[in-house]
Amino acid sequence: MLNILLNIFSVVSIQSYIILSAVLFSIGVLGVLFRRNAIIIFMSVEMMLNAVNLLLVAFSVYHNDANGQVFVFFVMAVAAAEVAVGLAILVTIFRNLHSIDIDELKNLKW
Amino acid sequence: MELYIFYLLAALGIFSGFMTVFSRNPVHSILYLVIFFFAITGHYLLLNAQFLAMVNLIVYVGAIMVLFLSTIMLMNLNQETEQHKPALARIGAVVASGLLMLVLIAIFKRADNMPLPPDTNPMLSTVKNLGSVLLNQYLFPFEFSSVLFLSSMIGAVLLSKKEKVEAR
Repeated sequence: MLNILLNIFSVVSIQSYIILSAVLFSIGVLGVLFRRNAIIIFMSVEMMLNAVNLLLVAFSVYHNDANGQVFVFFVMAVAAAEVAVGLAILVTIFRNLHSIDIDELKNLKW
Repeated sequence: MELYIFYLLAALGIFSGFMTVFSRNPVHSILYLVIFFFAITGHYLLLNAQFLAMVNLIVYVGAIMVLFLSTIMLMNLNQETEQHKPALARIGAVVASGLLMLVLIAIFKRADNMPLPPDTNPMLSTVKNLGSVLLNQYLFPFEFSSVLFLSSMIGAVLLSKKEKVEAR
């Protein structure tokens, strides 16, 4: 059954994947710069990570090399750990300031 | 056929990404982000990477999004109370990210179109193949990621524990 699967790169060029990943990464950057809600900023960072993951998988399949996909696996693991700690920090900030607006986080000490 | 699926998934991903950034209500943002992750999963399936597609679905949609959603509910932020940044900062953000996108595309457009490798291996992305690479070549980083998870778990518990107020 696997033998009849089409090689996607005979239909979609690798350039399309590069452009798509660049656009998705830029949307993530836009979210980080545009919003004041710290949770939305976290979500935008996740979007950037996913854009990079997509490009890694595309090149891994393109070059017939499994290392890229293993690396994506590690990126997902690190992203999960980062989100757990980051949201814990946000909960602590919210408990102290009653807001997670990043423009109010100007002081290192209060 | 595959080309249309690619463009459909790409359009879905870009649309839901924009809606994630521009939704006023944080809960709507999270739901659009779930659609974004589904689009990425579709791309993985299109690239014949079944294992990563399932891992992406379980880790991101199943775990991380639930974590985000429960945090939003915990903070009671499901109203549209957020104030916008000043107009200058918003215009600056749009211009900066647009320029970044232009520069990235312009750089990668100049890359030479590489020829297709002669033999494409349909068994590349199977769990068997990836598992053997992961547990032979990358055994040490794999075990080390358990230390990362342990430390992040301890950190999350420590941070979200309520501090006792000490009388001075």
